[in-house]
Amino acid sequence: MELSGGEILIQFLKDEGVEYVFGYPGGSVLHIYDALYGQDELKHILVRHEQAATHAADGYARATGKPGVVLVTSGPGATNAVTGIATAFMDSIPMVVITGQVPTPVIGSDAFQEVDSIGITRPCVKHNFLVKDINKLADTLKKAFYIASTGRPGPVVVDIPKDVTDPMVKIPYSYPKKVEMRSYNPVIKGHSIQIKRAADMILSAKRPMIYSGGGVVLSNASAELRAFTRLLGYPITQTLMGLGAYPASDKQNVGMLGMHGTYEANMAMHECDVLIAIGARFDDRVTGKLAEFCPTARIVHIDIDPASISKNVKVDVPIVGDVKLVLEDLIKLLQESSVKPDESAKTKWWGQIDEWRSKQCLEYDRQSDVIKPQFVIETLSKLTGSGDTYVTSDVGQHQMWAAQYFQFDEPRRWINSGGLGTMGFGLPSAMGVQLAYPDATVACVTGEGSIQMCIQEMSTCKQYGLPIKIINLNNRYLGMVRQWQEFSYEERYSMSYMEALPDFQKLTEAFGHVGMKIEKRSDVEGALKEALALKDRLVFLDFITDRKENVYPMIEAGKAHHEMRMAADRELS
Amino acid sequence: MSRHIISILMENESGALSRVAGLFSARGYNIESLTVAPTEDSSLSRMTIVTTGSEEIIEQIKKQLNKLIDVVKLIDLTEAGHIERELALVKLRANNAIDRDELKRLADIFRGHIVDVTPESYVVELTGTGDKIDGFLEALGDRSVIEVVRSGSSGIGRGDRSLDL
Repeated sequence: MELSGGEILIQFLKDEGVEYVFGYPGGSVLHIYDALYGQDELKHILVRHEQAATHAADGYARATGKPGVVLVTSGPGATNAVTGIATAFMDSIPMVVITGQVPTPVIGSDAFQEVDSIGITRPCVKHNFLVKDINKLADTLKKAFYIASTGRPGPVVVDIPKDVTDPMVKIPYSYPKKVEMRSYNPVIKGHSIQIKRAADMILSAKRPMIYSGGGVVLSNASAELRAFTRLLGYPITQTLMGLGAYPASDKQNVGMLGMHGTYEANMAMHECDVLIAIGARFDDRVTGKLAEFCPTARIVHIDIDPASISKNVKVDVPIVGDVKLVLEDLIKLLQESSVKPDESAKTKWWGQIDEWRSKQCLEYDRQSDVIKPQFVIETLSKLTGSGDTYVTSDVGQHQMWAAQYFQFDEPRRWINSGGLGTMGFGLPSAMGVQLAYPDATVACVTGEGSIQMCIQEMSTCKQYGLPIKIINLNNRYLGMVRQWQEFSYEERYSMSYMEALPDFQKLTEAFGHVGMKIEKRSDVEGALKEALALKDRLVFLDFITDRKENVYPMIEAGKAHHEMRMAADRELS
Repeated sequence: MSRHIISILMENESGALSRVAGLFSARGYNIESLTVAPTEDSSLSRMTIVTTGSEEIIEQIKKQLNKLIDVVKLIDLTEAGHIERELALVKLRANNAIDRDELKRLADIFRGHIVDVTPESYVVELTGTGDKIDGFLEALGDRSVIEVVRSGSSGIGRGDRSLDL
């Protein structure tokens, strides 16, 4: 089969089993778009801004586990995509981003829409390639998918100059089934001696704590995590990125940890004697003050990325490997072991944890007539059930409330930008999720600040009939900024208030969707029910919420796990 | 803080050098010198990086370098016996008989070679460890040095210890 570069790209994507490409055409990729024309096997989703293409592909990848694919043009197309690439990079999301480039003879001449895409994306990709020779195109694409989706996943950029996709230049094409790279062979099987040491340490614990993260989700190790945790009967806390891998509703779950984690999770971290970190990277939002992190614990750390081990916190038993495989090995060892967890120590430990739990750190005023943001999330969670609802979010207070008050019982249902903290992520990522699961309920929990960063995508939703439910927690403030200004800047609310907010209801209607405005607590449930019943329509629910509500509990920057600020400490204003 | 010489075999691809340099600047690691050239196998480049840091930082540097897709293999030469060499070319003001004699003698003491001579100047070629070159420059003082070019260190393990595929 003789194909042009453009045709090779399209045929390769089909052969690779790619379902959707999220993109936006432009000069350098016109040959590719021409090759895309008149076929419907590979579906192209036309976004309204390249940032949204990357977030949509990212959402698709997070929900399905398959790499998301993006196609954008050179110059501004590539630079607009950078935020989404960096977002995926920070959360280790498999993604292949194809960027057009000016023709090879003019690279470096400051040509129209030329930018050094390889240079610009280098610090925020797992790897990138510039393909200057059509003969290397198929192999390079294969490498890109291989690198993106194996080991610690991440985005890979493939920059293709326009002349490489020239329709007049054709070469024989066959799908490269195999890929070999002498410089890239991720370790997936854990070292057996280390696993044995870990098992011994785990069984010797008096006050154990399991701390699991996004790596469990990425490795599809939810079943193994459940088996491991239940076998031991130990408490488990999950990071923001790990939510759902272990069911929120299970009694062994003590909730999220970290800056806005639960009192019981953070206290148990502080007091534990053996910490079992699984696919988590000791992020600063999780650890708080490093010098006082888990002061009495010996630490086991399972991670596929050796560079994550002992990066921020020195660990005692490192195990490099795929979480799923390592957990399988560990479970086997624990089952075979004649030593069992110390039951009396465990009972005592659970007694202590239950005492912390009794503080009910997530309590809030349910009687208030003003809508409490927590109440909206709690009601959404109650109405949608925990099973097959997907929740995406933007970044800020609403994100934390969604993480705290929505009961995620399954992995890949909670889709948010944890590492980079990208406002504007919520709506486009929801598009990717909805395309992957057309019949599922997909809710985008957002705020009036974040939603405006990619609000143009309501137009994309109209074009493809994506019935996303946008839950806008509208407090007329950049809430998380305002909260920090309240706590740390003596209420000097510098630029955290937006004047001239749009009428979201009318705006939504202008895009051709259904808009609702909800101002009373008593209307919350009814509105949500009504919106959820509109199965084939996008509904924008603009909840006018309590302006000054804060996210509690909170470990302020520079404080340790046991120094939490609770809602009750707050002076009533 | 200790000084380490990290030797890297990497794919001889365009942009490989910028990936390494970018890693050091993005993560705030020290870099004392960096040299790179293709090897006898033209698909591979060999890079020598001299860096300083605590044991934890050096460990992270090695892990992060290994994580780069283009890096095939690396060793820390300073972990065992090794040879380290740097090349310096030093242009000296040598416009009178006394200076010319003195500079020639000094170059000989440091086993340097004078590789260019004009009525006004010498160019001395000197190889050795960084310390030796520092020593030579110190001995010269400021008065006669016009220009100094140093290559940065290259290194190789002693005996059986080698970095190959």
